[in-house]
Amino acid sequence: MPTVGLFIPCYVEQLYPQVGLATLRLLERHGCRVEYPEQQTCCGQPMTNSGCNDEAKPLADKFLRLFAGYEYVVAPSGSCVSQVRNHYQQFLDGRPGFEHLRRATYELCEFLVDVLKLPRIEGSFPRKVGLHQSCHALRELRLGSGSERKVAPFNKVQLLLSELQGIQLVELARQDECCGFGGTFAVNEEAVSCMMGKDRIADHERAGAEVVTGVDMSCLMHLDGLIRRERRPLRVMHVAEVLAEAEGLS
Amino acid sequence: MNPTDRAEHAVDHAAAAARFVADDARAHWHDQALWWVRKKRDVASSAVPDWELLRDAAAGIKAHTLSRLAAYLEQFEQQATSRGAQVHFARDAAEHNAIVHRILSERGITKLVKSKSMLTEECHLNPYLEARGVTVTDTDLGERIVQLRHEPPSHIVLPAIHLKKEEIGELFHAELGTEKGASDPKYLTEAARGHLRQRFLEAGAGLTGVNFAVAETGGVVVCTNEGNADMGTTLPPVHIACMGVEKLIPRWQDLAVFTRLLARSATGQPVTTYTTHFHGPRPGGELHIVVVDNGRSRQLADPTFRRSLSCIRCGACMNTCPVFRRSGGYSYGWIVPGPIGSILAPGRDAAAHRSLPFASSLCGSCTDVCPVRIDLHHEILAWRQEIVRRGLLPWPKRAAMKVLAVVLRFTWLYRLAGWLARRVVPLLPRGLVYGRFNGWGKQRELPPMPRESFRDAYRRHRART
Repeated sequence: MPTVGLFIPCYVEQLYPQVGLATLRLLERHGCRVEYPEQQTCCGQPMTNSGCNDEAKPLADKFLRLFAGYEYVVAPSGSCVSQVRNHYQQFLDGRPGFEHLRRATYELCEFLVDVLKLPRIEGSFPRKVGLHQSCHALRELRLGSGSERKVAPFNKVQLLLSELQGIQLVELARQDECCGFGGTFAVNEEAVSCMMGKDRIADHERAGAEVVTGVDMSCLMHLDGLIRRERRPLRVMHVAEVLAEAEGLS
Repeated sequence: MNPTDRAEHAVDHAAAAARFVADDARAHWHDQALWWVRKKRDVASSAVPDWELLRDAAAGIKAHTLSRLAAYLEQFEQQATSRGAQVHFARDAAEHNAIVHRILSERGITKLVKSKSMLTEECHLNPYLEARGVTVTDTDLGERIVQLRHEPPSHIVLPAIHLKKEEIGELFHAELGTEKGASDPKYLTEAARGHLRQRFLEAGAGLTGVNFAVAETGGVVVCTNEGNADMGTTLPPVHIACMGVEKLIPRWQDLAVFTRLLARSATGQPVTTYTTHFHGPRPGGELHIVVVDNGRSRQLADPTFRRSLSCIRCGACMNTCPVFRRSGGYSYGWIVPGPIGSILAPGRDAAAHRSLPFASSLCGSCTDVCPVRIDLHHEILAWRQEIVRRGLLPWPKRAAMKVLAVVLRFTWLYRLAGWLARRVVPLLPRGLVYGRFNGWGKQRELPPMPRESFRDAYRRHRART
């Protein structure tokens, strides 16, 4: 039975507890022993992405201290996992346990597909779903091939979703354009950020989606903020919520 | 602000972008025009087997060349000279401009035709020569359009992409005497062609940029779609080719890698309409090659930002960039905009261009389209660190990060802050929560504030199981 340290991004912990719960239930349902280290706060990505490395380093240290002992670390976020896998090296290179931590930290869908090697999630989700490809999951973790690269097409998130009974994955005109969240970018470049978000929403609407899902609640929080302001008939759900609901876990 | 000397001013990308976005229809039109080019690039690159290997090869050749640039420069100079070209070296923009002016003035040339050269834009050659009595005509259609409007190009490959055909019709009516209200692209292009033909015939010299310079052969290669570089180098007797030191590649056979990548990445064409190879001057003519450093060797010395010297100026990173498409080239306030410009511009003047590395959602699409595999979004991120290190991040942002970092270091404080936000925000009047200070809430609702955190939910879950 794999032992998983559950890594819940700070904004999910505070604002989207149901996403954390769905992640927990999915992992337990598929045979993992899950622990949530309660001292965790934030991986430090807002600081790293603002160039404030001095402020980010203590958070990287804290993360290593809390998570180094786990066989696996799993988070319902591509972006925060990328912070650990691709950006912690500058803070933690050579520290005992870091190499293990880096290799053992997975985004949820990646973990289900690559580590647990689930052939499929048994369940049904009879809705029209638009998959938002969040950029860090796609281009930093390579959960999918991406529209830019000329490699054999694959997509781990889509793979899990497409096996659900009754689901209709809609076809977007721009399959993996950024939603414009981008962390502090969402506020620093508010005008462009919101235009990007609205364009994504329009694409999902035109494609007939009822639900927009994705692996990063941060992108979905941004899109949801725009959707609710404009009272659009779309709903956002984290992919963990979709999978948990399909499996009857919620 | 005079757009031709934008670089002298501190750039506020977010403010310029907000102005661009404010014209929603135009911003969408700009976005869609460039997305169309990006899609053409996707199709064209899919047609090449082993596209990704080609990118590897290009990145490898560039890295190798840059690792022994001095030796290749010497070899190039020797070979070019032996073919009868005159090679000039310029340390900076001022030396470059002075060399070009000297070549012209020594021969009494007062009329120059120019094909596209981002280097001469970077060096502000046109105003320098015009102040000394030389008439400079940009002969690339897009470049000519922006020149007639007294504007710099807004994109390195598509200089007039920010303009609609109706605006070009008005400009040509005023400047070239086309019919009022005419906006048919073919008609306008014919008019420009006639106008430019006269300039070609009158010119005493033709100046071109350089896409690639081959050390082994001493040849330079110029890629255009309009044949204007060819007109400009076959009619006048003097050809001046201006290049940055980074345009070198070692061998003739390396060129094939880049010509396969360049046009496909830039415009989605299999190859540019004209790919012209200059090996020495034509009979009876002169070929001057001006090789310019202008800050490039300083960049070469920097291990973090060295890789972006591999740039072949295809513009693919601009076409794919969701921010560039929605903010326009001018919002970057530098001659090379977009993701690559956000790396190059702060390298020249970090204080003036400190907002550019933040004009990115770090989506990474630029990195994946780049034909020479520059890790653009990582270099953009590295520039953010550099800007903080040099104390150039505006203090409110710096202070916000410091406060946030303290809150996140202490779990109890983090929990308290989260609890307070979740309990207090729902009680506040909407007018207060969505006040002016709330940049998030201008167009977006705040996330719902649940009563319990995940930790609370986890504890309940554990109590049950």
